[in-house]
Order: sequence, then structure tokens, then C-alpha cells
Amino acid sequence: MERILAVRARGITKCFGDVVALDGVDLDVAQGQIHGLVGPNGAGKTTLLGLLLGLAVADGGRLEILGTPVRRALDASGGVAGFVDGPGLYPSLTARQNLAALAALRDPGPRTGIDDALEQVGLADVADDRTHGFSLGMRQRLGLAAALLTRPRLLVLDEPSNGLDPTGKRHVHGVLARLAADGTSLVLSSHRMDDVEALCSEVTILATGRVVFSGPLSKLAAENRDLDYRVVTADPESARRVAADTAGLRVVDGVRDDTGVLVVRGQVAALDDLVVRLVHAGVAIREFAPVVSPLEAAFLALTEQEAGR
Amino acid sequence: MTATIDRAHAAARRGPVARAYRFELVKLVSQWRIRLLALACWIAPALFVAAVSRQSTLPVDTLFGRWMHATGWAGSLVMLGFAGTWALPLLMSLVAGDVFAAEDRLGTWRHLLVAVRSPRRIFAAKTLASLTVILLLVAGLAVSSAAGGILAVGNQPLVGLDGHLLAAPDAAGRVLLAWVCVLAPTLALAGIGLLGSVALVRSPMGLLLPVLLALALQLAQMLPLPVAVRLALPGYTFIAWTGLFTSPAQPGPLLIGIAVSVVWAATATALAYLLFLRRDFTNPAHDGPGRRAVTLGVLPLAALVAATVAVVAAAGATGPGIEQDKVQRSVATAFSHLYRLQTAQLNRPDVTEAQLAATAACNKGGGRLDARGPGNDWRCVVTWHLPGIEAAGTAVYQLDITPDGRFMADGDGPKEVNGYFLVRTPTGDAPNPLWQFDGNVALLPAAPKG
Repeated sequence: MERILAVRARGITKCFGDVVALDGVDLDVAQGQIHGLVGPNGAGKTTLLGLLLGLAVADGGRLEILGTPVRRALDASGGVAGFVDGPGLYPSLTARQNLAALAALRDPGPRTGIDDALEQVGLADVADDRTHGFSLGMRQRLGLAAALLTRPRLLVLDEPSNGLDPTGKRHVHGVLARLAADGTSLVLSSHRMDDVEALCSEVTILATGRVVFSGPLSKLAAENRDLDYRVVTADPESARRVAADTAGLRVVDGVRDDTGVLVVRGQVAALDDLVVRLVHAGVAIREFAPVVSPLEAAFLALTEQEAGR
Repeated sequence: MTATIDRAHAAARRGPVARAYRFELVKLVSQWRIRLLALACWIAPALFVAAVSRQSTLPVDTLFGRWMHATGWAGSLVMLGFAGTWALPLLMSLVAGDVFAAEDRLGTWRHLLVAVRSPRRIFAAKTLASLTVILLLVAGLAVSSAAGGILAVGNQPLVGLDGHLLAAPDAAGRVLLAWVCVLAPTLALAGIGLLGSVALVRSPMGLLLPVLLALALQLAQMLPLPVAVRLALPGYTFIAWTGLFTSPAQPGPLLIGIAVSVVWAATATALAYLLFLRRDFTNPAHDGPGRRAVTLGVLPLAALVAATVAVVAAAGATGPGIEQDKVQRSVATAFSHLYRLQTAQLNRPDVTEAQLAATAACNKGGGRLDARGPGNDWRCVVTWHLPGIEAAGTAVYQLDITPDGRFMADGDGPKEVNGYFLVRTPTGDAPNPLWQFDGNVALLPAAPKG
């Protein structure tokens, strides 16, 4: 059976004068998948998202959006929606008017779905307020509502969680998860690793215009890389001894013994072994969590490695 | 291998220009600035004309200003003169000069492109939407000023620029036609506004371009330029509409001015279109085409001026256009018409222009200078005849002729004729139409008859 892809990019390059923004980028996004795009500033994320939205064409390589090859700017399918560099809103219009104008642009028929879209992103209460007074988080949510109106099959979002408070974040995450469950493919960039980890099943890490990792999040943790884990137990001294005796693991210096927190460093297999040993030793484990998320650790390691080349 | 996902859906849903036009119009009309401008254009001229028409002192330095007590139509023409100098360039800056730059300021270009999916359609929609707003504003200026004048003074005949009397319906038609004619240079400034808005992006220079160009054109019209250069500039119609208020009308300069303005509007809009299509909307460093704007924007327009000058000059429009015989003819004609007006005021037996057989002998600089070109040192002696009186009457006028052919004649003769600003009529003192009057010299050579 053929694999259905919403995005298929091979060897994409894009330059702005002498600056190489994208250098041989490959990207696969499956239907119904939420794909994260992370990378330091200037890595080429926004440029790649712009290409997916059809704002420009790549200088080299091949890009297919929803199964259709992209040959010129704005040639991408009408099933693509989203925003880069923040949502485009007109401050002199209310939230509802912004959406109505956008809806009228695509379909001259009766305006349906506007109230539903506002409700989904939690902006129903401010639907008739002008957007010039909206916070960044509210603007982000309204941008998402605008994208929802078009019933996209590929949604491209640049930093959708920027400026969101916990409630707004919950709304946005809920909407994105529902969209993916309904078969919409999502590509989102973010500097917030917790967002990416919470939402995305696959991730692509970009550094200086190149892909340094692309695949499932679980694969990142399984990569041959040391991880720092925070261990809180009922008996810190015993836990320290057990950790010191565990092969492939070492206790990180500078641990504050008075709090009973132990930080250990090792690969996934050694960490698993530590848990088994602690249980066998009768040490009750209260907390066992990464100090830095696997994604963030991988991001830092990979991007620093790329920058060092 | 990638499967194709519903290729029927993959075709972009491209809405017609009408939808994008409506979207742009909604955005423009929702701006407070545009709403205030519309309100100002539809209300302020009426208030201004009504207020000035009721004052004892009239704006006699402005064309038709001295007739604001006599007819409501004069107020609309005073407003037209002001609009051509200040209001219309400013409106073009605020509407056309900002229509593209506003998207840069708001950071909405990418959003708009994704929604509309066609730069061509966006350009067409923005251009049409700004044109609609411009027409609405100009219509407001015209209707409001005319309404203010009619309500405050009344629908009386208008004294033309050569002193002949235009019946009220004729005056109304010509006033309307004059406003329609100035749409051409207004659109030329709008085209420049679009070009500035596209080429200079967020720079304030883009917004100011129509105003700066209009100012430069006005300065140029104040210089003693050859008539071919004068007519080749896109703002000349702001002056040439006065040719509608002479008898016979002077359509030549007006038609040339309109043609030049239309070519400017089309060229500037086409250049803006080309620059817009070349823009890369994914480039975060884009801040206008910079030097390319000079190459693609300024040079073609400069070439257009040069070509127009050559064409107009080849058609025979050379020199300053202000010649002694034209001045003499113009002064004598205006004097004849106004003499009849004064005769009617004084309740004397009517005389015709033919009976008066007025002539003017004009010189410049007391006869020491070549009698051609602009200046405030023109002096004319007008001679006329009355039926049954053997002696000819004479009156002297000092003329200030501006380089665009307009003049103001200041009477210096017998108090009963042109030496005093009032005349004693059977119903009391009234403004003396022969004391000071405005006129204009046709800059183009008269068309050969037959």
C-alpha cells in the first residue's frame, strides 16, 4: 500500500542573495500527523514553512503538497492554510469581521462556521471586539480560527503557542489534536520543546538550513546519547550507592544532598537498569524524570554539533 | 512513491477579483482615517463655501473667489482650485500612497497571499478599492462644495473667466465637467501613490510621494517654462479646467493635460504592478527594491516627460505661450463682457460686444521690454465705443500674468468705469465688475479657421 503524504520534500534549497536559508532539506509529513519543526533562530524554519504555504518556490529540489508538485509561488493546493511570522489580522476589524472577510474571500456563500471557529479557540466572548487591542496570545488564537475556517488538509503554523496563557494553550492544543484526529496534517514550528513533545509525533530539527534529525520523538530518546535524569527517593544515600554501582551511569557532581535529589547521567539502557536496581534494593522512587527533555537535549546537542562544523 | 491525495481538491480555489476587491474595500472603509476623510470631504466643503460666501471679504486671489457673493457655483470652483493644489494630492497620499504599505506595516502580506493566492488579483483588488475610495472622496468635494454654495447663495448665473455670463444650468454642467476633468491628474497622483507604496514599502517617502510630486509640479508651473514642458506635466489639468469657463471654450490644453495625466496614471500603475509581482514575500530582509525602484520607477517616468515634451513641441506649442496679441484679445474680450454686466447693474440701455468694439493695447515693462511672457508689469489701455457717442472711452489696467497664463487685471481709470471697487446702482452700492477681474491667456496657438 502506498504511503499517503501531505508533504514530500526532497533536496529543497532556498537562497536569499548570498544567504543559504535551506540546504538540501528533506521532509515527509504523513496525513493526520502533527510534525514539529524546531531549530535555533535563523535555521530556516520560517523559510521552509513559507515554501509549504506556497509563498515562494524553492531554488532547487522537489516539493509536493497534498500530492501535487509545487512549480511556482502560490501554486500550492487550496487545502493548505496557516501562518508564518504571526497571524495576519486587520486591527480596524473585529475578530468576527476578520474571519467573515476571510471567509467571503474564499466562498461568497453564507458565513458558516465563524462562531464555531471562535468558540473552538476560546474567543467567542471577544468576537465583536476590534483586534487592535488583542494580546499576542489572542491574535495567535484568532489566526488559528482563521485557518480553521478554510477546513484545511494541511495546516502550517509558525510558533502557534507564542504568548499563550495556560488556558489559551489548552484551547490551541485541543484544537490541533482534534484536527489531526480528523485527518488534517499539521506542520508547526516552535521554540517551546514542551509544546512539541506534547503535540508532535514526529519532529525535524533544522540547523543552519540543514536537517540534523527527522523522525519520531521516541527515536530521539533512543539515540546513542547520554541523558541527565533527576531521581528523588525515600533513601537518597542508598540511591546514590546503587547509582554509583550501576554500569554506564554516573552521579553528576554538584547535587544538593540536603534536598535528597540525585541527578544521574547515562544512556537509556543504564537508566532502565538503575530503576530495576533501586526497586530490588527496596528504595522507594518518588520521582524519576529527565532534567532536560530528550527533545531539548537532542536539540542542543545536534544544533551545537552542526554549528561547530 | 507518494500517492496523490484527491487531485480534484488539490486545484487551488481561486476566487474572482470581485471577492478580493470587496475584501480590500472592507479593510479600507473600516479604517478611521478613511472614514474621517470621507466625512471631511462630504461636509467640510459645504461648510467652508457657505461660510465664506456669507463673509464681506471674499478670497479674490483665488479664481472665481470674487464671484462667491453672486452665485453658488463660484464656491465649488474655489474649492476645485484648492483641491487641485492641496486636498487631492493629500488624499492620494493617504489613500493610494498607503494601500500597499499598510500590509507591510501590519505584517499581513503572507496572510493575504495565502488567502487570495494571486499577487495579480491582490494588485487589481487594491487598485480598484483605492480608486473607489478616491472617487467617493472627490465626489464628496464636488457635491458638498456645490451644495454649500447653492444653499448659501443660490443658483444664479456664473461670470466666466472671460467675463461672459453662463446661465445657471450651463454653469452647473461646466462645474461638473471641470470636476470630472481633474479626475485625470488625480488618478495620475494616485498611480504615483501606488508606485510609492509598492516601491518604498514602509518608508514615509512612499506615503508622501503624491504630495511631493504635486508640490514639485506646482513649483514647475510657477516657473517661466516653455509651454510644451508645461503641458507635458501631469498636473496641468489642475489649471487647464479654467478653459471650460471661456467662450469659446479652450479645450486644447485641457485635452492635452487629460491625455498626459491618463498616460501617467497608466504608466505609474503598470510600474507599480511590475515591482509588486517581482517581490519575494518569503525574504525576511525585504525592505523595498531600493535602487531598483529608481531604475524601474523614476527613469520611465522621466522618459515619459521627455517624450511628451517632444510630442507637444512638435505639435507647435513652443515659447512661453503668452504673446502680446493674445493678451490684448483676452483683455478686450473680458472687458466687453464685463462692461455689459456693469451696464445692466447701472440700469443703462444694453449694448452688444460688437457695438462696444473694445480693443486693448498692451505693453510690458512700459514698452521697454519684449511684450511676451509672464510678469506683473503688463499694462493695457482698453478703448471702446458707445452707440451715438463719437468719442471713444478708455480705461487702463495693470496686469499680473502668471506663467500658466492666468492674469488679474487691476483697473486704473475713471471711477465710474474701472477706478473704484464699488459702483452706485439704483438699489445701492454694488461690487464693480470692471474694477478688478480675472482672465486667462490661451497658451496654445489658436487653431487656423476654415
